[in-house]
Amino acid sequence: MAILKVNNLYKSFGKLDVIKDISFSVKKGEVLAIIGPSGSGKSTLLRCINQLERIDKGQIEVCGDRMIDSSENGKVIYSDNELLRKIRLNIGLVFQSFNLFPHFSVIKNVMDAPIHVLKQDRKTAEQNALSLLEKMGLSEKANNYPFELSGGQQQRVSIARALALNPQILFFDEPTSALDPELTGEILKVIKELAKEKMTMVIVTHEMAFARDVADNVIFMDEGKIVEQGRPCDLFDNTANERTKAFLKRYNER
Amino acid sequence: MTGEDLLKISKLLLEGLGTTLSLFSLTLILSIPLAIIIAIGKLSKIKILRAVLNFYISVMRGTPLMLQLIFIYFGPYFLFEIKTPKAFNAALVAFVLNYAAYFAEIFRGGIESIPIGQHEAAASLGYTKNQTFFRIILPQVIKRILPASSNEVITLIKDTALATTISVTEMFYYANGQANSRQSLIPIVIAGVFYYLMNLVLTMIFSRLEKKLDYYK
Ligand SMILES: Nc1ncnc2c1ncn2[C@@H]1O[C@H](COP(=O)(O)OP(=O)(O)OP(=O)(O)O)[C@@H](O)[C@H]1O
Ligand SMILES: [Mg+2]
Repeated sequence: MAILKVNNLYKSFGKLDVIKDISFSVKKGEVLAIIGPSGSGKSTLLRCINQLERIDKGQIEVCGDRMIDSSENGKVIYSDNELLRKIRLNIGLVFQSFNLFPHFSVIKNVMDAPIHVLKQDRKTAEQNALSLLEKMGLSEKANNYPFELSGGQQQRVSIARALALNPQILFFDEPTSALDPELTGEILKVIKELAKEKMTMVIVTHEMAFARDVADNVIFMDEGKIVEQGRPCDLFDNTANERTKAFLKRYNER
Repeated sequence: MTGEDLLKISKLLLEGLGTTLSLFSLTLILSIPLAIIIAIGKLSKIKILRAVLNFYISVMRGTPLMLQLIFIYFGPYFLFEIKTPKAFNAALVAFVLNYAAYFAEIFRGGIESIPIGQHEAAASLGYTKNQTFFRIILPQVIKRILPASSNEVITLIKDTALATTISVTEMFYYANGQANSRQSLIPIVIAGVFYYLMNLVLTMIFSRLEKKLDYYK
């Protein structure tokens, strides 16, 4: 079953076309990695699906619910607000810069949305938050504030925060790019754990070794288009595509 | 000057202090909510609204408060030939309009200083717009604007003395009157001590508040 279906998506900022006719889908339990040079539109693609940007054209379906449709004459039709809200809660998003709420303690960061958005009772939310923090190896930090944590720890809190809403699919936008190299490992480990548990994920990353290791499928994007997509071994080792080759070569040289 | 004179002066000044304090507190109570509304208006997408508010703020900040007091006190009579309002009410209106403009600019700056990522994280977690503002944004704004707001509040205590211009019987009105009739500086000095003590208390309250919000960065 497809958790996410994107069809013929277009998005521009003024005159700048950033997403040009992108289509792909993600099956339940699948891990999809998106790679590509800076400015190729990876973040914009995630943000469109998360309703942080309005799209210009296309269709998006999440867990069988039609989020956005486009009519024949190119008019974009968003679903009603209630459905959009439901869809939004099916998608979790982990940001490059964590974006934790600084005035909330670690545990409150994780349980506040379940209480005030999902209307869970406090006890349930708190227990759930504690077990998520334990899973992230942060039990001792529950009552600390975000500024007291390392970048890697903050990112793990933000993953717990996203998971607390029980999303059907989890998006990561370069989850390790804001971290010191010695801290990226702990985040990649957490994502690998989630993959083992069959969490459906879309991961934008510059960590090629990690993408090859964890992903079931890889999309290579350039200039707002999907240049190539396939299994990691096909794309990383046996690609016939010149642009993919050039991109990977530049990476290996760095 | 005898001890009895000093007591008399102090009594009079304390009487005025009541008016000073009500002008001060009513101005705060009314101007802060008004300022929040103005700040939100200035951040809205409605161009005309923003232009009107910009003009209002620039007039309030670009002309002397004393002029505004006099204008609001005498304006109704000269412009519309209606009865001159009570001096206290005119002063209150002038102070509220003036301070709302200053507070609005502080609030707007505070709201804008919160990184866009906070709004986006809240949105992606399903918080409604209201929840985002009141649970996520506003608490952080309050921490950031506390120092600037404390400056305004301290200035306000001192500015209440300007209401003397339109004969509001606040503390400075009596101090000035006594100084003239007694040909002495002592009433002015006593008033100064009162103003100073009030601001000492306010400064203490604000540094407590700032300490209280120091638990996060
Ligand atoms: N809000 C915006 N307004 C205008 N242009 C934007 C906006 N957001 C992104 N862009 C432009 O869209 C293009 C794609 O940006 P995007 O952030 O999606 O790229 P990316 O693939 O995520 O790059 P990176 O690897 O550097 O994160 C860039 O040229 C960027 O400058
Ligand atoms: Mg990006």
